[in-house]
Amino acid sequence: MTELQTADGPSPAETTTPLVELRNIRVAFGGIHAVDDVSVDLYPGEVVGLVGGNGAGKSTLMHTLSGAHPADSGEIRINGQPVVIHKPRDARHYGVEVIYQRLALADNIDAAGNVFLGREKLTRTGALDDSAMASDTAKVIRRLNPHFKNLKTPVRSLSGGQRQSVAIARAVYFNAKILIMDEPTAALGPAETEQVRDLIKQLKSEGIGIFLISHDIHDVFDLADRISVMMTGRLVGTVDKLDVTKDEVLAMIIAGKPPDEISAEDIAELH
Amino acid sequence: MTTVETPRDASAVISTTPQPGRSWRSLVSSTEIDTRLAGLIIALAAIWITFNILSGGDFLTARNLWNLSVQSTSIAVMATGMVLIIVSRNIDLSVGSLLGFIGYAMALVQTDGIFSFFGLNVHSSGLQDKTYIWILALAFGLALGAIVGAGQGFIVAYVGVPSFIVTLGGFLVWRGAIFRMGDKQGQTLAPLDSTFQLLGGGAKGSLGDTRSWLLAVVACAGIVLSIVLARRRRQRYELGVRPMWAEVGLGVLGCAAVILGIGLVANRYTSPVTNKATGVAYPVVILIGVTLVMTYLARRRRFGRYVYAYGGNPEAAELGGINTRRTVMLTFVLMGVLCAVSAAIQTARLNAAVTNLGVQNELDVIAAAVIGGTSFAGGIGTIPGAVLGAIVMQSLRSGMVLLKIDSPSQDIVVGVVLVTAVAIDSTLRQGRKRMALAALVVGLVISVIIIQSGRA
Repeated sequence: MTELQTADGPSPAETTTPLVELRNIRVAFGGIHAVDDVSVDLYPGEVVGLVGGNGAGKSTLMHTLSGAHPADSGEIRINGQPVVIHKPRDARHYGVEVIYQRLALADNIDAAGNVFLGREKLTRTGALDDSAMASDTAKVIRRLNPHFKNLKTPVRSLSGGQRQSVAIARAVYFNAKILIMDEPTAALGPAETEQVRDLIKQLKSEGIGIFLISHDIHDVFDLADRISVMMTGRLVGTVDKLDVTKDEVLAMIIAGKPPDEISAEDIAELH
Repeated sequence: MTTVETPRDASAVISTTPQPGRSWRSLVSSTEIDTRLAGLIIALAAIWITFNILSGGDFLTARNLWNLSVQSTSIAVMATGMVLIIVSRNIDLSVGSLLGFIGYAMALVQTDGIFSFFGLNVHSSGLQDKTYIWILALAFGLALGAIVGAGQGFIVAYVGVPSFIVTLGGFLVWRGAIFRMGDKQGQTLAPLDSTFQLLGGGAKGSLGDTRSWLLAVVACAGIVLSIVLARRRRQRYELGVRPMWAEVGLGVLGCAAVILGIGLVANRYTSPVTNKATGVAYPVVILIGVTLVMTYLARRRRFGRYVYAYGGNPEAAELGGINTRRTVMLTFVLMGVLCAVSAAIQTARLNAAVTNLGVQNELDVIAAAVIGGTSFAGGIGTIPGAVLGAIVMQSLRSGMVLLKIDSPSQDIVVGVVLVTAVAIDSTLRQGRKRMALAALVVGLVISVIIIQSGRA
């Protein structure tokens, strides 16, 4: 696997410009700091796992990058350039695509309609070019999921894995450079989870940077190169996967201590 | 990475339609016919045949069906707009009052001039030329509908007040505003401009037989052309197409319906005033136009796609970068314009504007949309379905009038049919066929009892 080789050599941090730099991001809801002064990076072809308990601020942090909820303060850089992201459209302009936990599909519309939702192909008269969209969708989805057939039915009637394929096809079709995956396997069975894992590895090998939000520490250890731990809106720390054990990361999540402060007792308490 | 090669071999082409001939089910699905719409047409046919038998052959006459077509138009026109409102998880209770308000305003423009609407007493001084007054009145009404719709839509979409509340307010406001318009204090405004009257149908308000046949030719050509073009487009993108027999069958059925409708109904009905074949009434022409435009908007334009996406999953639409507020507001603008169209039809037909014009129409319009398969859960409903729903309701009322059933009993039957239709629709959606059958039987039994016991 390529990610293992790069991790052995110099970290990508020293070799290239980060794809994404989130600097000192803050988001407050009322008086509560949902995200408090958090900074994380993402490099091309890298998967950064974002972990933490409920309300840790993982999703809110990613919303500042996806345009779902702008940051109150802080800076976002993409390929080293400062950018302003207020709306989902802004994020897409910079190649940021999101795959949401609840998939964010319109259940009553077919696969092509969902893949192109908000970015429809139009004919010369400005009407929807459904045939062109169906044709392109067929091509991209078949690459992700060869068994996919029901292109014309509303996605309501599809299985979890097929729905996930539609959501990922949407990101892939529009040349995502940066992918945010919010619990991509939460709603899936074991076989479908495996499919999504393979897909993540494939996207990664194509140079796409992926933020992977997950509750599942095994998922994260399997897929991520680096892991950022959050707790109550703060960044506890970012660690290289190869430098830590699962227990150490769990201790970071639960005790909220940076890796060098984790003691044997903290780990002992986990068991 | 997304540059995917065009598949060269035929096996790489995804067939979106199953092969015909496997079973009845796949046979039906290969035609891609909307089964819900087909069910509605069958129900309508059953209602027509039943009433024809009960009335001793009075229902399926050219005269009755011609009147039925004209009487359905006003509700049907508004129902096409109500579909989009309900699909996007809103409701509009103000349409009846708004229709009354706009109808009164359009009549006022014709009787007292446009300035009287704004309370200015320049009684038609600037309007010596009466030739185009009907166009001015119509344009004024349509603009008024758009403005009121935009206002209500703005409060729903941008201010965030639930549409039930906003339009309940509108229901009271616009009915009340009729009495404050000009210096009329709600007195009946009549007569209206003679050209304007044509919009309502009536003695001269129809195409006549020659132009009706012309319409039939255009309609058949349109049906064939749209089938051919759709097939070509899908072939070009190597998507599956309907089997040839289904394409031909649909074309033949469509053209046959047009020719039968015009030949056996519209041109068979002789106007008692002119003693000539009436042909298709203008309000019916308007309804056909509205249905085509609304269907195009709903199915072929971005706006329609966004309405359905928002109704199916508001969050997904938002995250997809869709301007959902603007989309919702536009549905109300369209609704307002359609209210104006219906207001023109109703006042023209009546040749007068009265204060209770359109009372209870909001309920008929919502019922038509719902009978036509529109779901309050959002995201589901079709324009042709709503038009059929309006025709079903008007058929029930016309049929019961022929059977001399009193108006309160009519209300009971329409109410029972409304609930039954939705019960069947939602149980079938969940695959509960027995419950759907039970709903059908119970609804039928109650309706039959009411009709039989209500016959004078």
